[in-house]
Amino acid sequence: MSVAGPTGWVGRSIRRLEDPALIAGRGRFTADLPAAHRVRFVRSQHAAGRIANIATPPGVLVITAADLKDVKPIRPMLHKFDYVPIGQPVLATDRVRFVGEAIAAVVAADEAAAEDAADAVEVEIAPADAVIDAQAALADGAPRVHDEVAGNVIVKGLIETPEFAAARAGADRLVRVALRSGRQNATPLETRGGHAAYDPTSGRVTLTCATQTPHLTRTAIADLLGLPEAQLRVIAPDVGGGFGQKMSLPPEYVLLVWLARKLQSSVAWSEDRRENLIAAFHSRDQHITLEGGFDRDGKLVSLSADVTANIGAYSCFPTTCAVEPLMAMAELPGPYDVRGYRCSARGVLTHTCPMAPYRGVSRPVITCAIERLMDRAAASFGMEPSELRRRNLIDRFPYVSATGLTFDEASYIETMELAVKHIDLAQFRARQKQARNEVRYLGIGFCTFSERTGYGTPAFAARGMEITPGWETVEIVIDPSGFVEARIGSSPHGQGLRTTLAQIIADEIGVEPRLIRVVHGDTDRTPYGFGTFASRSLVIAGGASLLAARKVRVKLAKIAGHLLEASADDIVLEAGVAKVAGTDRALPIESLARAAYHQLHRFRDEIEPGIAESATYDPPGTFANACHVAIVEVDPETGRVTLEKFLAAEDAGRIINPMIVDGQIHGGIAQGIANALLEEIVYDATGNVLTTTLADFLPPTAREIPPIELHHLETMSEATITRAKGVGEGGAIGAPAAVLNAVNDAIAPFGAEINEMPATPRRIRAALRAAEKRP
Amino acid sequence: MSGKHDLVLSVNGRDYAVQVEPRRTLVDAIREDCGLTGTHIGCEHGVCGACTVLVDGAPVRSCLMFAVQAAGKAIRTVEGLATGDELSVLQRAFMEHHGLQCGFCTPGFLMLVTGVLEREPDIGDEELIDVLASNLCRCTGYQNIIKAVRAAAQELRTK
Ligand code: FES
Ligand code: FES
Repeated sequence: MSVAGPTGWVGRSIRRLEDPALIAGRGRFTADLPAAHRVRFVRSQHAAGRIANIATPPGVLVITAADLKDVKPIRPMLHKFDYVPIGQPVLATDRVRFVGEAIAAVVAADEAAAEDAADAVEVEIAPADAVIDAQAALADGAPRVHDEVAGNVIVKGLIETPEFAAARAGADRLVRVALRSGRQNATPLETRGGHAAYDPTSGRVTLTCATQTPHLTRTAIADLLGLPEAQLRVIAPDVGGGFGQKMSLPPEYVLLVWLARKLQSSVAWSEDRRENLIAAFHSRDQHITLEGGFDRDGKLVSLSADVTANIGAYSCFPTTCAVEPLMAMAELPGPYDVRGYRCSARGVLTHTCPMAPYRGVSRPVITCAIERLMDRAAASFGMEPSELRRRNLIDRFPYVSATGLTFDEASYIETMELAVKHIDLAQFRARQKQARNEVRYLGIGFCTFSERTGYGTPAFAARGMEITPGWETVEIVIDPSGFVEARIGSSPHGQGLRTTLAQIIADEIGVEPRLIRVVHGDTDRTPYGFGTFASRSLVIAGGASLLAARKVRVKLAKIAGHLLEASADDIVLEAGVAKVAGTDRALPIESLARAAYHQLHRFRDEIEPGIAESATYDPPGTFANACHVAIVEVDPETGRVTLEKFLAAEDAGRIINPMIVDGQIHGGIAQGIANALLEEIVYDATGNVLTTTLADFLPPTAREIPPIELHHLETMSEATITRAKGVGEGGAIGAPAAVLNAVNDAIAPFGAEINEMPATPRRIRAALRAAEKRP
Repeated sequence: MSGKHDLVLSVNGRDYAVQVEPRRTLVDAIREDCGLTGTHIGCEHGVCGACTVLVDGAPVRSCLMFAVQAAGKAIRTVEGLATGDELSVLQRAFMEHHGLQCGFCTPGFLMLVTGVLEREPDIGDEELIDVLASNLCRCTGYQNIIKAVRAAAQELRTK
């Protein structure tokens, strides 16, 4: 265990290296760049139809599909699960398939002129029948969203373990739940946007854009335009949050690069919030039916599930739309031991905005489904929900699941016990009883779950993905002045990775984190990598940083050994200095660097010139875990839910920076609460989005998020070399189920139940009316 | 198109002579005509508060105000919070308490709270949450923003 190095930066809540610029208003976001031309997109107002005519105002540059004959459609690929590849044109060709699909791009000198010109473009569309809901899209005779996809099923999977049938038949009782999660939008506070600038000297284009995946963006756009990747540079500057929405390729960015080349100039597009809400990627929108078979003691023996995922009108690059249903199928049993498992999962095309990964990907919904099942089963056995979970959580490691996933060491039961203790369950039950006597309805909800993080190439290959974003590379360079720079393929946008990677590197090479510059988000300056998503960066780029830093350490020790006439084994690196252990002989790292570059003769050919080391890490994957608890009060008259308290006991392995970990969990929980109670993208029957402002979509404010209490355990799993597990998504995965279970606990005296998210006042009132029982 | 107006915007104590259409919003004028891009745009419809600046001391959503309406008034933006290299108490508190992640909402929160604490230094903890509920942050879940703001309010009171 060399992570906790001599100076011990790992494990400390040091202040973030990202903050000084951001706090002073000196961040550099995409929209801050000036451009010669501004682009505005004309978008479809119909969910389905044929483009009959596009009339453009005179004297305005308007680009349509007719201009883009040489540009390939976006067509991500998956090689399994009956996936049918479909293409998304950069601008709609003859057909439109969702409200908000880009039809034309208008170019003008400034934003206001571009908007005026876009308003003057007249698009005539012959409307066709649209399907908005996944169930409707599955019906016989439903309109096809793409001609090549019969029945609108673009991907389907089925799994059944040999133990399933007998286990189900032998179950003492069967418990069922049908859960629906509405549609969300990840809603980063900075919308998407891009700025493409042509360089007449080299003929290259630099695309600066709000992305989580600069290298993949370069690959994709170069492929679609038929360019060598070297002709394109992609920069992710400061990015105002992403949460998955900025990892999938927007067709708009392809157009910007094409246009910059055509005009040999600079062009920019800033998405407005309405565009973001209707046409940036959506998420969730799943329907799950579950049936659990339990033995007499409350042990889950069989689990069967049917998953229907509405994937919208197109398939996102690079993951494809299959990521949602397939992850549901693979991970639905969560942290519970069950051998008899059956699951069918489908991705269904509809005339709605395309879906893409959003913090948690499928797991907020599947976790909610199985956690509702656990609570229903607990009620059926007359047990505390935590007791039923105790009987089912896995506690032997490594554990190989029914779907073949290997669970590394974790603390499923321990985190739950910790949560039960700190929330003081017994005291709450007494308070709840007391409140009911006063006609007030309090509820408590638990959610125990796993968060699969940091998975490497084999995990993606198992899904049949054409692109398997499993590894990351980190290069560490010390320049002749002794300055340390780490260049990473990951692309953080709020996670504080510059700070945490610097902490890991600092412990290896004995240089303070603030003297280490972590460079990211520039394809010209960083090694190829996949970017930041799926709670992967600290695990994978962190592992690569550790490996590269170890190499640098070896080299520095070797150089110092030569210069100080000692064995490399006796060199200690600390506070920017190389020392011979137990002596006062020492040299600053600057001197080692100078010698490595400028005085090679001092090393008798035993040292390669310079100090530059690189390492790649491709881990097997790991599971972080947590238990979330919500306490709510429901007003039965109005259906209003007030969150009184939220508590999470979590285990993400070794914590590099506790302050940053807490921040990640807070943010995820807030988004999960929003998922459970507030946010929903609503379509009308014809496919128009009704929630086109933030005042309609309802992201929570400081008033809606209660105080969040956190507790930590640190299981040192062997599955990652830093012993750190990912933590970016857990908050969003666990919170919806904890809140929904708490709401259901609160309304249980009415005999009412709600299994739909968001659990809005209207839906809760409907559930109470349907129950018609007086407590 | 209606013609442009010549006006002077006073931002952070400096005068900017600009020429704007009547429909130009204050946030666009600050970002594009004055070149101060620390003020951000998150919605342009008055909900997120990322564009909050101070106009004659009061927090204002600069996407809902026209530039012409701000002529002759004292505008303050995030770029004016620090004195030279010395950050304001509130800025420091945000860093110490990890009140920012992506940092996109941060200028808006800083201006909102700066304006409120200048006018009501004794504001209570609960009322502060109502104030903070004016703006949106998508990253932090507000926990550390609340901590930072309470700490700054405390420090300013004891100063
Ligand atoms: S940009 Fe002004 S309130 Fe959102
Ligand atoms: S820190 Fe990202 S929106 Fe607040």
